[in-house]
Amino acid sequence: MRFLFPMPFQSLVLFIVWLLLSESVEPGHIVLATILAIGIPQMLRGVQVNSMAIQKPFLALLYAIKVFGDIVFANFEVAVQVLGPSKNLKPGFFAIPLDLKGEFPITILASTICLTPGTVSAEVSSDQKWLYVHALNLVDEAETIEGIKTRYEKPLKEIFGC
Amino acid sequence: MNVYVELIVSALLIMGGLFVLLGSIGLLKLPDFYMRLHTPTKATTLGMGALLVASMIITSVRNGGLSAHELLISIFLFITAPVSAMMLAKTALHLQVKIAENSRNPELADTAKQQEHPAQSEKTEG
Amino acid sequence: MLMMSLITATAMVVIAMCLNLFTLFKGPDQPDRILAVDTMYINSIALILLFGLIMGTSLYFEAALLIAMLGFVSTAALCKYVLRGDIIE
Repeated sequence: MRFLFPMPFQSLVLFIVWLLLSESVEPGHIVLATILAIGIPQMLRGVQVNSMAIQKPFLALLYAIKVFGDIVFANFEVAVQVLGPSKNLKPGFFAIPLDLKGEFPITILASTICLTPGTVSAEVSSDQKWLYVHALNLVDEAETIEGIKTRYEKPLKEIFGC
Repeated sequence: MNVYVELIVSALLIMGGLFVLLGSIGLLKLPDFYMRLHTPTKATTLGMGALLVASMIITSVRNGGLSAHELLISIFLFITAPVSAMMLAKTALHLQVKIAENSRNPELADTAKQQEHPAQSEKTEG
Repeated sequence: MLMMSLITATAMVVIAMCLNLFTLFKGPDQPDRILAVDTMYINSIALILLFGLIMGTSLYFEAALLIAMLGFVSTAALCKYVLRGDIIE
């Protein structure tokens, strides 16, 4: 099993993406999707990176739903800020001390910060201890950092178990 | 097509169009690069999301059965938007583009460029 | 009603693309121009999808997917070029 599927998650993604792309569940397409799902990971065996495994898939699903809700609702807030006079905005940089370890969890956190409106992650310090973020309207720095830490970093820590 | 379905689809289309437009207006209007970076990456993801959901509903109703391949584009955009935003931010830090005067902590841009820790006095907690 | 809203949405996307083109010329810095191109390719995906819906075919879907992929790669390549002065190290 391990030999056939060196990267099980990526195989599953390939299978689903191929079926979505061809838009059918006919036997022919399923056979082709299976061949691709087994063949492509075999070819990429040499470049495999040991990314951290998701420990709690259910929590990860909940996290994705929460982030999606945040994207939709907070976008309207940013829309008002953008259309209003830009003199009233207080943009600013701030740095978040990271408790997460590993490249993959930090990437997920940075992407989440980027997708949720009002903040863009800009840079990580070279030893992966600080994440630099730019905010469109930075009213209270400490409160924003605290909000990101409790709302996104804590669940990610549980999901990846680090 | 059902009237209610048509109503929902129209609302989604208009919302998507408005958000795409808003992204471009923000791109033109905001004073410095880091602020401009906010609007396209966000407004466009939501705008594109709304347009793609509308497209999904329309093709599903027209052809019968579920049409889900638009999901591929939206998932792809959702994965790549943060990556390109972060690369653009990195580029801007590297080129040291102008930062708006009323920004807070503009000195952090330098430490971010060097990938160092912020100065001790900057620490807001622990 | 559906046709009306489709055409309105298309008009909005076209205006957005014109504004992007203006930003592309105005600058003032390199990252601004890259950002304008990045936004423009996302808007062109929207335009192609809306065109496909107006025409009532899903033939254009693949083109939209290809633009999405190439656009991301081109943004990444442009950023890398400005950052390092080279694309493939």
